[in-house]
Amino acid sequence: MFRGIIDLKSVWLTAAIFIILLILPPILPRFYTYILALIFVTSLLAMSLNLVLGHGMLFQFHHGVFYGVGAYTAALMLTKTSLPEWIGFVAGPIMAAIVGLLIGWFCVRLTRLYFGMLQISLGSLIWAIVFRWYSFTGGDDGIHGIPMPSLLSSLNNVYYFILIVLVICLVVLYLILKSPFGSTLEAIRDNPQRCEAVGVNVRRHQLMAIVIATFFAGIAGVLFVVLEGSVFPDLLFWVLSLEVFIMCLLGGWFTFAGPVLGAAIMVGLRTFVGIFTEYWTLILGVILILLIFFLPEGVMGYFLEKFKPQVKEAAERGAN
Amino acid sequence: MELGQSINLASLGSQLLVGLSRAMILFIVCAGLSFVLGVLRVPNIAHGSLYMIGAFAAYSIFKLFGGSSTGFWLALILAPFVVAAVSLIAERALFCHLYQREHLMLLLFTFALMLIFGDLVKLTWGAKYYSVLPPSVLRGSISVFGSSLPRYNLFLLIIGPLVAIGLWLFTSKTKIGKISRAAAVDREMVGVIGINVSWVFAVAFVIGCYLAGLGGALVAPTVSISLGMDHDIIIEAFLIVTIGGLGNIWGALVGSLIFGLTHSFGVLLWPQFAIVFPYAAVVIVLLLCPRGLLKSVW
Repeated sequence: MFRGIIDLKSVWLTAAIFIILLILPPILPRFYTYILALIFVTSLLAMSLNLVLGHGMLFQFHHGVFYGVGAYTAALMLTKTSLPEWIGFVAGPIMAAIVGLLIGWFCVRLTRLYFGMLQISLGSLIWAIVFRWYSFTGGDDGIHGIPMPSLLSSLNNVYYFILIVLVICLVVLYLILKSPFGSTLEAIRDNPQRCEAVGVNVRRHQLMAIVIATFFAGIAGVLFVVLEGSVFPDLLFWVLSLEVFIMCLLGGWFTFAGPVLGAAIMVGLRTFVGIFTEYWTLILGVILILLIFFLPEGVMGYFLEKFKPQVKEAAERGAN
Repeated sequence: MELGQSINLASLGSQLLVGLSRAMILFIVCAGLSFVLGVLRVPNIAHGSLYMIGAFAAYSIFKLFGGSSTGFWLALILAPFVVAAVSLIAERALFCHLYQREHLMLLLFTFALMLIFGDLVKLTWGAKYYSVLPPSVLRGSISVFGSSLPRYNLFLLIIGPLVAIGLWLFTSKTKIGKISRAAAVDREMVGVIGINVSWVFAVAFVIGCYLAGLGGALVAPTVSISLGMDHDIIIEAFLIVTIGGLGNIWGALVGSLIFGLTHSFGVLLWPQFAIVFPYAAVVIVLLLCPRGLLKSVW
C-alpha cells in the first residue's frame, strides 16, 4: 500500500505536468515554446544516456555521437532521397542503434574509464569523418533547410509532436527499467562479479543496454532535426557528450527523472543567462560549483531525500 | 583522392619533424595531466584551459616587453608560473574540500572549472586571435637533405626530452617527488606515516598545471592563440594518457609520439582525413592493450 501511494502520487504529478505542457503553447510566446521543445529533445537525450550511466554504470562518455548519427541519418534521407519522410524518421534511430551496436561491441570489452576513453576515440572517428566529408555530409557547414512534412510546418505542431514522442519514449524507458532486463542491469551495476557467477551474461546485457540507449538517442536526434531543420557536426563533438553527461550528474543519476531536470537546468540557464550576458558559461560554472558543494546528490536526489521522511511519517501515521 | 601522391624523402623528413615537435608539446601537457591523474586520481578536464591560459599569458608577457627576444624567453619562464598560481588558488580555495567525494563529482567540478576558466580568458583577452614571434635565434629554418626544418620545431625537440628528464629526476630523486609517487599508490598509508596528504595533493596538482602552462607557452609561437584551444587539446590529452597507461609519465611520452606521428603521416597519406588517423591508432592500441601500453598506477 505504501508503494501504491507513492506511485499514484507521481502518476498524478506527471499527468498534471503533462496537461500543463499540453495547454502551454497557445499562451506562451513563440520563443518560450521553442525553448521548451529544445528542453524536451535534450531531456530525451539525457534520459537515454542515463539508462546506461545511472542504471548500468557504464561510462558512456560519447553519447552525443548517437544523437548526431540519428540526426544526420534523418537529415540525409530527407534531403538526398525522395523516399517518404517517415522512412527518414524511422531510419535515424535504427542507424543510431546499429552504430551503437558496433561501438558498444568493442567497448563492453573494457571497464570504467577505459570503456569511456575507447568510446571517445571511436566516437571521435565518426565525428572526424562527418566533419571532413564535405561532399556527403556538408562538412563543418552541416546541412540546412531540411524539408519537413507539411504537418510539422508550424512550431506548435512541432512542439506537440516532440512532446508526444517524448512521453511515449519516457514510458517505454520506464517499462524497460522496471522489466527483468532493467533489474538485471542494475544488479550488474551493483555487483558485476556476482552477476557473472549466477550465470548472467554481463557483456551481452551491457551491450543490449547500449543499443537501447543509442536507439533513444537516435530518436532525440531526429526530434532535433524536426525542431531545427538543420544539422551540424557539433552534434557529434565530445563537448556536447560531456554536457549531456553533466546533465545526468546534475539532475541526479540514480533517479529516473533526474536527467530531465538536469537538461532543463542546463538548457534554461544557457538560454536565460545568455540573454543578459555573453559570459553565461562563467555563471553556469559558478552555479555548478555551488551545486557540487551544497547538493552532492544532484538536484533530484536532494528533493527525493527531502520528501522521503515526510512520506514515511505519513505512512506511519496511516498505520497507527 | 590524392592518396600517396606526393610522398618523397624531403616531405617525409619535414612531416616527421612536425609530428615529433607536436608530440613534444602534447607530451608536456599530457605529462602534467597524467601526473595529476596518478596522484590525485582526478581526470582534470580543466587541464586544457590551463594550457590555454599559459598561451595567453605568454602572449601578454611577450607584448609587455615589446615583442623582443627577451620578451619571448621571459614569457616562456613566467607564463607557466602564472598558470601554477591560478591552479594553486583554485586548488586551495575549492578543490581541496572535495577530495573525499565520488570521482564523478570531481569530474563535474573540473568541468565547472573549465567553463569558468574559459570565460575568464574571454573576459581578460577577448575573443581575438593573437600570435607570438619566436626570438631571432629560433626563426627561419635550416635545410637538411633538401628538406627545410623550422628551427623552432628543432628547439621543441630539445625541450621535450629535457622536461621528461627533469620530471623523472623530480619523481625519483627528490623527497616530495617520492612522496607523491607513494601517495599515488596508497594515499592512506602516506597519511598514516604522518605526511600531510592534502599538501602533497596541492603540490602535485600545481606541478601538473605548471606543465600545462609550459605546454601553452611553448605552443604559442606555432599557433594562433585563441579561445577554443582548450577544447582542441583536452580530449587528445585524455586519449594519450589512457593509451600510455594512466598516471605513467613515460606512457604519456609514448602516447604523444603515437598521436603526433600518426597525425603528421596522416597528412601525407590522406590530407582530408588526417584527423582520423590518431583516433584510429588509439582504438587499435586500446583493443590490443586495454589498460594502456605501459603500466598504469591505477
